[in-house]
Amino acid sequence: MTTKTMQFSIYRYDPDKDKKPYMQDITVEIDSSDRKLLDAMVKLKAQDDSIAFRRSCREGVCGSDAMNINGKNGLACLTELDGLKQPVVLRPLPGLPVIRDLIVDMTQFFKQYHSIKPYLVNDDPPPERERLQSPEDREELNGLYECILCACCSTSCPSFWWNPDKFVGPAGLLQAYRFIADTRDQATNDRLDDLEDPYRLFRCHSIMNCVDVCPKNLNPTLAIGKIKELLVRRTV
Amino acid sequence: MVKRVVVGAHYGLRDWLVQRVTAVAMAVYLLLMIGVLAAQPSLDYAAWTALFHAPLLRVATLLFFVSLLLHAWVGVRDILMDYVHLTGVRLFLQALVVLVLAAYAAWFAEILWGA
Repeated sequence: MTTKTMQFSIYRYDPDKDKKPYMQDITVEIDSSDRKLLDAMVKLKAQDDSIAFRRSCREGVCGSDAMNINGKNGLACLTELDGLKQPVVLRPLPGLPVIRDLIVDMTQFFKQYHSIKPYLVNDDPPPERERLQSPEDREELNGLYECILCACCSTSCPSFWWNPDKFVGPAGLLQAYRFIADTRDQATNDRLDDLEDPYRLFRCHSIMNCVDVCPKNLNPTLAIGKIKELLVRRTV
Repeated sequence: MVKRVVVGAHYGLRDWLVQRVTAVAMAVYLLLMIGVLAAQPSLDYAAWTALFHAPLLRVATLLFFVSLLLHAWVGVRDILMDYVHLTGVRLFLQALVVLVLAAYAAWFAEILWGA
């Protein structure tokens, strides 16, 4: 098996020991079966077990291993090792408090997600089987329900950096539209009322960083545009 | 006072729409003006004043200025809301922007209808 070495530069910060964060240069041997960045990071961890990062499913479904890779947010498990510029610079997601090394405190992110009531609101008694939707109505949910809440988008959004406590952020707004678009939901008007706000929705200036980084190739800017379109439709 | 994050002013659509509509209005005016100016054989002072004596062009220019002021208000307010996090400072700066824009409005009127 052929092996090669790869250079990494990793953000290190342990608030119990370090006065301030620093970058650690580290070399790792990878072999031809290592395809994704996460594979290399698992080897890295075996070399130096003090490096802390989150990972779980290793196939782009759980959203745990989101980080800033060579300046761009992404999932380590979906990032190909081939083509990565060396040294590979790994930093925690920008804009959120660092707990340790590549692990960030996602509290603010999930607070915003919960604020949009990410569940179906329907006061009718549930039918014997499921609440049905036509295939056309269901079609609108494609590109929305796939979000894994990895926070790559919201932490690449300057509006979220400046106002994480007030701006819902691209991830939250994509999910907001997922429920606004759902024909089985009965709280559409309340949801629009809640979002019609200079901070919660209108901090989005459509710079599309979110679209650029989404590892699931979703389009929060489009969803935000559709929310604005609905607001226009019910107003003018 | 309690230090709670308060959000939920329930407005913003109108400002956002105003920003879009005024952007289109200004783009149309600019194209129009490029056409009008290109059609002039010469652009000396006499031609310039004669041009702006036409009521239609005056009204169009006034609409352009109004669009510019509204657009500037929404845009600058957005910048202040993004970056200035102390409410008092933000309120002060926003009030300042409104006053400056109002002064510009008076100045525009003076330019268009003054001697």
